[in-house]
Amino acid sequence: MSAWVWFFQLIQGVMALLLAPLLMGWMAYCRARFQHRRPSSLWQPLRQWIKLFHKEVVLAELASPLFRVTPYALFGILALTAGLVPMVLTDLPLSGAVDVIALAGLLSLARVILALAAMDVGTAFGSLGARREMLVAFLAEPALLMVIFASASLNASTSLSKMAATTLDRGFYLYPSLAFSGVAFLLVLLAENGRIPVDNPETHLELTMIHEAMILEYSGRHLALIEWANALKMLVYFSLGMVLFFPFGLSRGGSGWEIALSFIGFIIKLLIFGVALAILETVSAKQRLFRVPEYLGGAFLLAVLAILLHDLLGT
Amino acid sequence: MSPALLTVSLILAGWLVLALGSLVLTADWSRRLVFPLCALLSMGLVVACLGHDHSSVDTGYWPIGLAGEVTPVRLDSLSCFFLILLGLVSAAVSLYGAGYFRDMSQTQPEALHRVTFFYPLFLASMGGVLVADGAYGFMVAWEVMALSSWFLVTLDHDVLAIRQAGFLYLLMAHLGALCLMVCFGWLAVNGDFDFSAMRQAHREAGSASVIFLLGLLGFGAKAGLLPLHVWLPEAHPAAPSPVSALMSGVMLKMALYGMLRLLFDLLGHPLWWWGVVLIVVGSLTALFGVLLAALQFDIKRLLAWSSVENLGLLFSGVGLTVLFHSAGQDTVAALALAALLYHALNHSFFKGLLFLASGSVLHATRERKMAKLGGLIRVMPWVAGVALIGTLSLAGLPPFNGFVSEWLMLQAYLLRPDFPQAWLDMTLPLGAAVLALVGALSGYAMVKFYGIVFLGQSRGLDVTMVHDAGYWERSAMLWLAAGCLLLGVLPNQVMGYLNGLTQTLLGPEGRVSVAHQGWLWLTPLSSQRASYSPLILLGLIAMGVLMTWWGVRRTFHGRYRRAPAWDCGYPAQTWRMQDSADGFGQPIKQIFEGIFGLSRVIPDPQDPAPHYHSEVHDPFWSILYKPLTHLLERSSDLLSRVMRARIALYLLYSFLTLLGLLALVTGSVP
Repeated sequence: MSAWVWFFQLIQGVMALLLAPLLMGWMAYCRARFQHRRPSSLWQPLRQWIKLFHKEVVLAELASPLFRVTPYALFGILALTAGLVPMVLTDLPLSGAVDVIALAGLLSLARVILALAAMDVGTAFGSLGARREMLVAFLAEPALLMVIFASASLNASTSLSKMAATTLDRGFYLYPSLAFSGVAFLLVLLAENGRIPVDNPETHLELTMIHEAMILEYSGRHLALIEWANALKMLVYFSLGMVLFFPFGLSRGGSGWEIALSFIGFIIKLLIFGVALAILETVSAKQRLFRVPEYLGGAFLLAVLAILLHDLLGT
Repeated sequence: MSPALLTVSLILAGWLVLALGSLVLTADWSRRLVFPLCALLSMGLVVACLGHDHSSVDTGYWPIGLAGEVTPVRLDSLSCFFLILLGLVSAAVSLYGAGYFRDMSQTQPEALHRVTFFYPLFLASMGGVLVADGAYGFMVAWEVMALSSWFLVTLDHDVLAIRQAGFLYLLMAHLGALCLMVCFGWLAVNGDFDFSAMRQAHREAGSASVIFLLGLLGFGAKAGLLPLHVWLPEAHPAAPSPVSALMSGVMLKMALYGMLRLLFDLLGHPLWWWGVVLIVVGSLTALFGVLLAALQFDIKRLLAWSSVENLGLLFSGVGLTVLFHSAGQDTVAALALAALLYHALNHSFFKGLLFLASGSVLHATRERKMAKLGGLIRVMPWVAGVALIGTLSLAGLPPFNGFVSEWLMLQAYLLRPDFPQAWLDMTLPLGAAVLALVGALSGYAMVKFYGIVFLGQSRGLDVTMVHDAGYWERSAMLWLAAGCLLLGVLPNQVMGYLNGLTQTLLGPEGRVSVAHQGWLWLTPLSSQRASYSPLILLGLIAMGVLMTWWGVRRTFHGRYRRAPAWDCGYPAQTWRMQDSADGFGQPIKQIFEGIFGLSRVIPDPQDPAPHYHSEVHDPFWSILYKPLTHLLERSSDLLSRVMRARIALYLLYSFLTLLGLLALVTGSVP
């Protein structure tokens, strides 16, 4: 049995690596459909990155070793987090090493490393991007922690597997506190992944870009790794949201059929999520940068409110 | 006197001997001898205290004291922990000092002599604070600590700003000491100032609360709690960097030690509302400190403000412990206490490391302003490497040490038991919210610190002349950096040590079992609740990064070519186009503008030579200190109207007083 568990741990890691570009492709596909454009293939992100991997890296003259290590570190850390969040099975052998707070810590480690690398070359856009990214981060990170807090209070645990299992046992109830923190989580997810109301991943418009400004100096395999890592981050946030709010469909082991069913359930959830996000991105417009603090401050307060509600109403 | 206490006493005496011995040596020789020997003694201190058993309490007497009395001393697990902290950090700082002050033996031998005298004295006095078992001994050591560090702060006393900073430090240190003296006076039983007598006494809630508030003022002034923090960001940067490291890393912890000693040992049964006061003051201090840290543009001031933040966090942790302890929840109280002690140790390591690194930057570039620095990672790879570890630790990121204590603290906040006061259940999450916000903001401040100083292009400084740190300095910083990493990945070993300590402070229930699943997993309370394994995490990260590298290189290629930075194709690129330290802090300024005083000069659009200038003020000056000095001046003005310095007038006053007294006497006697 234990060998099987380790096997699934490995499978999940590999699966995450492949699902991440497909998720990006699916979101682009849906958005294109909603905007009446001809969609590109689902495999387009992966093709793009493979092309980039083949290309030569053009390195800025001033780039230090930190700049060159960052893409690998980023990819390694995010692939690791993607391997640790329960996606199909609630219990993975390594998920005990990182609870949900440590997971948030790993995500912010990745972000800080990228922000530092962005400042390394010393261009105008690099430090601008790093500053804006950290601006989003210092508001989004506490909001995320508070969301986690609300769920952890409900489940009396911060272990990811345990939280998912407790929610599964309890069955589906609509808790007011979870509703509030769910909205807060969605706001944080959009901000942290550089999606539409906060950042637009599709433009290089200098006045508004955040994430793209940070990675302007990257090219070739470095760029491919960073973009892949970014896609992984989206997948991690999605599966984290599923664990915190809607773990139904996760399997606790058992027979192979059950696991296969759970896998299909995960894919279906992923597809629905992609459609929903595409709708959201199509109907809303990007905000001015200085509206972002209000937006994220709102998320933070919603999450704090969720905890207070939990205390007021009890479980 | 037990062997452990005797060893500790001898080491403190050894530091004193070194201080005195430096007087007879030449400046250069005293530097060569004093600093390495100090480091050796520090290591001896660590060894002596690590061997000390938690349950045993050693008492004894020093045959010196005021008015022919003896000074009672005591070694228990609380003082042992802080002595270990002192030893571990001061060993590194002393090693660093051996190299750092090398230049001074030619240029400023007199100043160097002052350092070699006061530095060991400073170490000895901190040790004295920790072992003293009576109010006399404690206050004498406390004052020697304040004065010896004052002499070290004002080393460059020909600079006006440093003299002013020194004066402010002296003033606040003595205001604090005054409060402590009154506090101990209140604690004394029938004129007996020994701690052993104070422990036995029974106090009513009222007088205990007065003692607590006096202690909070006294220790809070040393720790830099709001609103008594004003001296800290002035004095810490003014000192030479090794001394700053020692002050931020160790001296501030003496205030924490004093608070813990007062609350859990001398007073014994803390009341719940003390905890609320401590949490509120601590959280506000932390938030204010980190905001101001993110706005600084002097590297050492940034670090000093971050110390204000961390001490705020520590004191709010003390408040949390008091709250849980008074509610009878000793296991959770132990978790909070262990978390804060862990954080105290961590802070000593990473703040010491960063102050030492900034000392090397200062030494190599002669520049403290971030506006002039930049790009140092290319000329000082050693310093930049260790500073990166310190930066990530301070930002509270896994798998480094800052994260472990933050994680434990959050776990303690999550385990809210039912308090008798129902509103406490509701408001405690706000403390956790502040903790989360402070953690994220310190990440912002640290990215600014590292990004501006070590990364990017050099801001007008000629970096070709800049050299990396010497061997003494490197070994000292490596020591602290290794500590940051080890404390980060081996939390169970540290927690195992802290367990004994929390038990002696909180009673037999006050322990957290953290190793339910073996030494690899940090599992406070139960493995169902939460678990974290930094060692496995570190291994996985290393594996992930290496496998990525290997996979990419193997499947594709490793070719690269150097070219000028692209920067969206802008042809002209100068160092002025990067963010300045001011620019990087701009979002914070914009968002939190209401919290601090901000004076901004925005140039006119038609101005041919525009100059932008903005300055952030600490609002406590204008809210509290300025009105206070104003009041003082007004009252002395009023007094000076009466005192005209003319003998006839004074005679008149005496005459009138006499008349009044006579009238009083004749009126009362029938």
